[in-house]
Amino acid sequence: MLKFVVRRLLSAIPTLLILIALAFCLIRLAPGGPFDGEKQLPPEIEANLRAAYHLDEPLYRQFGRYMANLARGDFGPSFQYRDFSVTELIRSGFPVSLKLGGLAMLLALLIGVTAGSVAALRQNSLIDHGVMTTAMIGISIPNFVVAPLLILVFAVGLRWLPAGGLGDGSPRHLVLPVIALALPQVAYIARLTRGSMIEVLRSPFIRTARAQGLSMRRIMVLHALKPTLLPVVSYLGPATAAVVTGSVVIEQIFGVPGLGRYFVQGALNRDYTLVMGVVVFYGTLIIVFNFLVDLIYGWLDPRVRP
Amino acid sequence: MNAPAHPTTGRSLWRDAWTVLRRNRAAVTALVILVVLTVVVVVAPWFSGHSIDATDWDHISVPPSWTGGHWFGTDGLGRDLFVRTLHGGRVSLLVGIVATLVSLVIGVTYGAISGYAGGRVDQVMMRIVDILYALPFMFLVILLMVFFGRSIVLIFVAIGAINWLDMARIVRGQALSLKNREFIEAARAGGVSPARIIRRHVVPNLLGVVVIYITLTIPQVILVESFLSFLGLGVQEPMTSWGALVNEGAQEMENAPWMLIFPALFLTITLFCFNFVGDGLRDALDPRDRGAAS
Repeated sequence: MLKFVVRRLLSAIPTLLILIALAFCLIRLAPGGPFDGEKQLPPEIEANLRAAYHLDEPLYRQFGRYMANLARGDFGPSFQYRDFSVTELIRSGFPVSLKLGGLAMLLALLIGVTAGSVAALRQNSLIDHGVMTTAMIGISIPNFVVAPLLILVFAVGLRWLPAGGLGDGSPRHLVLPVIALALPQVAYIARLTRGSMIEVLRSPFIRTARAQGLSMRRIMVLHALKPTLLPVVSYLGPATAAVVTGSVVIEQIFGVPGLGRYFVQGALNRDYTLVMGVVVFYGTLIIVFNFLVDLIYGWLDPRVRP
Repeated sequence: MNAPAHPTTGRSLWRDAWTVLRRNRAAVTALVILVVLTVVVVVAPWFSGHSIDATDWDHISVPPSWTGGHWFGTDGLGRDLFVRTLHGGRVSLLVGIVATLVSLVIGVTYGAISGYAGGRVDQVMMRIVDILYALPFMFLVILLMVFFGRSIVLIFVAIGAINWLDMARIVRGQALSLKNREFIEAARAGGVSPARIIRRHVVPNLLGVVVIYITLTIPQVILVESFLSFLGLGVQEPMTSWGALVNEGAQEMENAPWMLIFPALFLTITLFCFNFVGDGLRDALDPRDRGAAS
């Protein structure tokens, strides 16, 4: 197991380095500078600004400087939010995004696994068809269509829930964003669970358990659940990435002051350090999460361990 | 040598697939809807009598009506929403198909070479795919859009250039299992060059899997384009796409809900149908996978 952990770790680190290098190169190659504004700056001032942010140095020196700072947890100053460092912006935006994403993930797992299992146990029944059709709709309707529709129905029409922002921080404000963010994942997880459980229920060891006269409940809990959840566990990696991406547009629609909103603003404003900071931060998060998922998978399923 | 064996198995596979697919009523319905939708989107704007960016000063932000001449209503600038929705559909479908073709060419070439070469080459090539996989996908597309400017050609390339990873992985897996089959070995023994073996023998045998993934990639690409347009990073005025229209609609939904509902409906139905056709094809072409999720 230790060898397995070390090997996974050795493959995660270069991925991270390449991610940082690629993000760095792409951002620096992009035309248009952070100081392009409505007003043309006098060349002397622009030169001073460039010197102050070390933009006049050769690229490799800038990269070295950036890596050294990163190692200390310093993402540099934001170019647009002059009084904040990127680290501060991440620190203020991420808890909100984490709450949103974490709740969405939890909701997706709970509902997805339950719905998928029920559908698998009643294969080809009305419930099964209902769940699968709903799941198909959930996969097909994009986040950014569901979100305005939810607002239209529950906030504008019925006036049950607030349409956006965080307000006083009450959980009511999170209901609609979390649902909008979780919906596609609920659908995916339900489909995965159903497919995997049908396969598991057909396998010989379940037949043996049945032949031994175990109750269906016992079979489900003791024998069928773990192998059923394996594909779901391995889907947690891509699901995290999808939730992170989805949160960008969901935060935009609901006016949630999370990291995703900073990212879009940063991309539109060419805020080099902020965009890179967010990408490196989220990239690291996804890579670390994938690493953990790999470990859990290896722990659950000895076959993948060398 | 293997020429006689190859078309026979290929044809029967496709015929089987067609038989299974025809029995799948959902998939056939979805296919019919897609064909009708495509024809309407391409043809109807010519006959509607409205142009995409003409303002009807007497009918600004009017709700849909059959008699008023604006079937889907108009937007805040008095532009006919029916025509705009169909034009948006042209862009969305075009992006979906062209970007998928780009990703197809890259993915199949990359995957076939990697799988057929095997060993070190394969390891390095797949490691690169793994690394690219770990990158936050939307970020890269957004970055490319900012970098290259927002032209439609670059949307094709940017999305296609990033969306080929799945295709490469799947094709590589297939190629890996194909390369030790007798007919490939026979070709190799006959002195056929590796490039030619890949082109003539490996790739044709991948087509079944590739067709499934084409139908599953097109909706993904349409989704990415809509996502970009929604954030204001996609196609630019006066051109439009379903994502851009949904964005405009979302901002006006309290006063003019039709602006949100019609483009959202078109986008959703299209995605829905592509997914159904893709699922049906997977059942038809790959019986092992039947019942399993994507």
